[in-house]
Amino acid sequence: MASPNVEALSVTHVEKKKKPPARYWDGPNDGNKEGKDGEQTEQKEQQTQRATKRKQSEDQADGKDVLSGKPDPFPGPAPIPEDRLQKFKRKEKTKKPRRQNYKLKDMIARSEETSEMAQKQAARLDLLLPEDAGFLEGDEDEDTCTISQEDIADSVDISSGTKYFNLKLSQFGPYRADYSKTGRQLLLGGRRGHVACIDWQSKQLMCEINVMETVNDVKWLHSEAMYAVAQKKWLYIYDCNGIELHCIRKFNDVLRMQFLPYHFLLATASATGFLQYLDVSVGKEVAAICTKGGRLDVMCQNPHNAVVHLGHSNGTVTLWSPNQKEALVKMLCHQGGVRSVAVDKTGTYMVTSGMDKKLKVYDVRAFKVLKSYFLPAGASCLSLSQRGLLSAATGDIVQVYRDVWSTPVTKPYMAHRVQRTVWGMHFCPFEDVLGVGHGDGFTSMLIPGAGEPNFDSLDANPYRSTKQRQEWEVKALLEKIQPELISLDPTELSRVDRATFDMKHQDRVQALGFDPLAKEKFIPRYKKKGRSSAGNVERRKRKVAHEDLREDIQKSAEDKKKIEKERKQSEEKKAVLSSQKSALDRFKK
Amino acid sequence: MKVKVLSRNPDDYVRETKLDIQRVPRNYDPTLHPFEVSREYTRALNATKLERVFAKPFLASLDGHRDGVNCMAKHTRSLSTLLSGSCDGEVKVWNLTKRECVRTLQAHEGFVRGMVVRYCGASFFTVGDDKTIKHWKMEAPGYGEEVEPLNTILGKTVFTGLDHHQKDAVFATCGQQVDIWDEQRSSPIRSFTWGVDSFSAVRFNPVETELLASCASDRSIVLYDMRESAPLKKVIMTMRSNTLCWNPMEAYYFTCSNEDYNIYTYDMRYLDRPITVHMDHVSAVLDVDYSPTGKEFVSASFDKTVRIFPKDGGHSREVYHTKRMQHVICIKWSADNKYILSGSDEMNIRLWKANAAEKLGVLAPREREATDYSQKLKEKFQHHPQIRRIAHHRHLPKSLYHQTKELRVMKEARRRKERNVRKHSKPGSVPVVSEREKHVVTVVK
Repeated sequence: MASPNVEALSVTHVEKKKKPPARYWDGPNDGNKEGKDGEQTEQKEQQTQRATKRKQSEDQADGKDVLSGKPDPFPGPAPIPEDRLQKFKRKEKTKKPRRQNYKLKDMIARSEETSEMAQKQAARLDLLLPEDAGFLEGDEDEDTCTISQEDIADSVDISSGTKYFNLKLSQFGPYRADYSKTGRQLLLGGRRGHVACIDWQSKQLMCEINVMETVNDVKWLHSEAMYAVAQKKWLYIYDCNGIELHCIRKFNDVLRMQFLPYHFLLATASATGFLQYLDVSVGKEVAAICTKGGRLDVMCQNPHNAVVHLGHSNGTVTLWSPNQKEALVKMLCHQGGVRSVAVDKTGTYMVTSGMDKKLKVYDVRAFKVLKSYFLPAGASCLSLSQRGLLSAATGDIVQVYRDVWSTPVTKPYMAHRVQRTVWGMHFCPFEDVLGVGHGDGFTSMLIPGAGEPNFDSLDANPYRSTKQRQEWEVKALLEKIQPELISLDPTELSRVDRATFDMKHQDRVQALGFDPLAKEKFIPRYKKKGRSSAGNVERRKRKVAHEDLREDIQKSAEDKKKIEKERKQSEEKKAVLSSQKSALDRFKK
Repeated sequence: MKVKVLSRNPDDYVRETKLDIQRVPRNYDPTLHPFEVSREYTRALNATKLERVFAKPFLASLDGHRDGVNCMAKHTRSLSTLLSGSCDGEVKVWNLTKRECVRTLQAHEGFVRGMVVRYCGASFFTVGDDKTIKHWKMEAPGYGEEVEPLNTILGKTVFTGLDHHQKDAVFATCGQQVDIWDEQRSSPIRSFTWGVDSFSAVRFNPVETELLASCASDRSIVLYDMRESAPLKKVIMTMRSNTLCWNPMEAYYFTCSNEDYNIYTYDMRYLDRPITVHMDHVSAVLDVDYSPTGKEFVSASFDKTVRIFPKDGGHSREVYHTKRMQHVICIKWSADNKYILSGSDEMNIRLWKANAAEKLGVLAPREREATDYSQKLKEKFQHHPQIRRIAHHRHLPKSLYHQTKELRVMKEARRRKERNVRKHSKPGSVPVVSEREKHVVTVVK
């Protein structure tokens, strides 16, 4: 590793003193490599020792294919920034097994090597992504939240400017909005029965119907060809021409819906307290769970693990999967009811707002509060963008916050007032656009930095043709994930199943009458020249015995330390808590 | 105020003309691809199912022999040529691409016991029940010429097997003893005996070309060095081995097919216990042949099946059978690692794919990539119970299925008894004997 440095140093040293750098247009005798090499070696004979000289000549031999005779100033592969590598990191390195297990060791080493290579290649490829994310910066003494939508629309290019628009639909409001997975199509559902789907970028109306009934929620299904509408009594499915495809009478009084795109599941929450899952690829009800949580009108999904989050009027948020009749997790988040819930794309953070006018940010992996904010008016609707911007609607004002989980936020990033109370909000995927449905129609706002700039066309391609969509649909259906695989940790399937192995091993031991994996007792080899004395043999035995035990002892010691530490922490916490007086203390004896 | 909003130029994402292919911009960010593991699992499951759907291994049946096919030989130079000898002394040369017989000759009276193609590919040797070794030209005789062997050697006793040296004009036969012959002479240059009256197979080592191994009727496998006058060593097993085959890549391993329904892989340096015991057959194993890659081998059995084993796996990965195939007597793995040829009692030679679900013919690059990808996925998730169940399921004929079950019950009973004996005797007096050690009686040097 050190050799290129040594050479570079010596070259600069020589050139500074002796002559200007060799150019190909100079005389041929200058560029004569052999002569130059000879000179260098002569000098080095005086200065350096033999070993370094050998190294030098080797390096020069290596550098022969460089035309100008200069060494490569950037030898080796280009470095990859650490954070970019981190982005593609899938797992920690596997611990190598001790001794003996040569095959396993080799296998682990190989797989580690390939995964590292994949990680590096992906990180390198990241450099070639064509688009950069949007941003908004104010001048000095100018808050970005004071910049109006009109100003932004004026100062950006025409095609982006047209993405700020208002639809005045005062007759059938308030509206719920939903963008399709690619972000090209917009679905609007007016409370008084108006349902419309629009190709919102070209402003082309795809269909417009009035279902002559209350519409509670609208949702695109897996593609832009179908959408579900939760109407007054039943759940309906329409196609993009507004033709009713199905009326599903098993799903009644649906208030909110979520579509899980990789599972082809439509999760619905009803006024009767039922959470139901509909498999839209086969049209079967997968699960119907009575949540016993009253009217369910707060719902969102965790896009990372497809767990459905429901907010209840008693302030709890419950997490559900279709495989379990009970909630996976029940969290008490607010005093008073929960008004809205949102989970970010990586499945790390959950943002909730409640009747207590608080906005809380949770780490859903650890179920801990990270930040708690007080909003004077309380947020009625929450929505998270792909790049982690949070929009919160308080009455008729839409506020957008940035970095709510990392830094304590005091001011919104952007704010905008719409005509009447906000009813539904949705960030458009892959665009810097926030769609707001309100009492007076629909507003499409420009939020710079909201959308993911680079899409993956095999997953969601906004520019796909009909043919591509059909191809994608077939592929997506082929790799539909079964609902049984929904769990809190989506990578559970790739773990080693030790429990089953232990059970099988026990059965095997029982059947065989002995343990085939048991370690053989160590018998020290007989050594000559008096080295197999009783003492020596005993010592050798002890060595191995210690080696076997060492790891266990170390581990147990570490565990003990950890437990001790946790105990101390909890004691400190208790002490802090007990020092605070509460109103209930007077009942204590 | 400085502002930038995402604004994509559609020209960068949509193809220019209909003649172009669609653009596929990728972003490998893991957050854009959720449920990685579950999706891969689903893909692996689908790939496994498809593999079972496309598993159609049987390609062709070559008929024409008028008696059971007793031995076969691969051509050393031509992939498409196969030689087969039958129980009525007839030898046929087959063209596998056309699937037809190109030449027939009456080589012996009685069985053709062994057959081997010379390393140059221009001639071949046969031995038969009529106590003769015959050397034949590969080419068919011209018009008007008679079918005559190049050379005929009349032996004293019946020959049962034959193998040719890899690069010298020397071959070995076995019968009552193992003889080494020079092609130019009519008497053996060397004869080996070790108190045995009959041998069933002899094989030259493909790498250490002077080494030989043979299976004897006294349940032993004997190793020889051609340069020495006495045999090297032998291992005696509980039952007789029928044939053996050297691993062509790691030529210190050889695999022998045994009468006790098992196949044993030995390391010739350590004969005291086999490396692996391959079980699955439910009747005597008659022949075994390695794939040219040395990773797998195929075995033919009296139970009317052909099985493919990984070289270090205890159980077969594949079993081939048809309603019409009777006892399989000889088996060969083709030199391009793609096909398996089995010769059976009912006069047919059958051509199988070595990889049952493989698509034959040239694959488009995308297709090849897709198959490679699904292969890797199958490998990754092979231990998941659902995938394992589908991948391992094989339909077996009813009789075979019941026989397997019966054998399992018998084995379980034996094990239970042994366990009980051990439980009720003094600790240490009934030691645990592993399956590998059970079948070796002794090693003699």
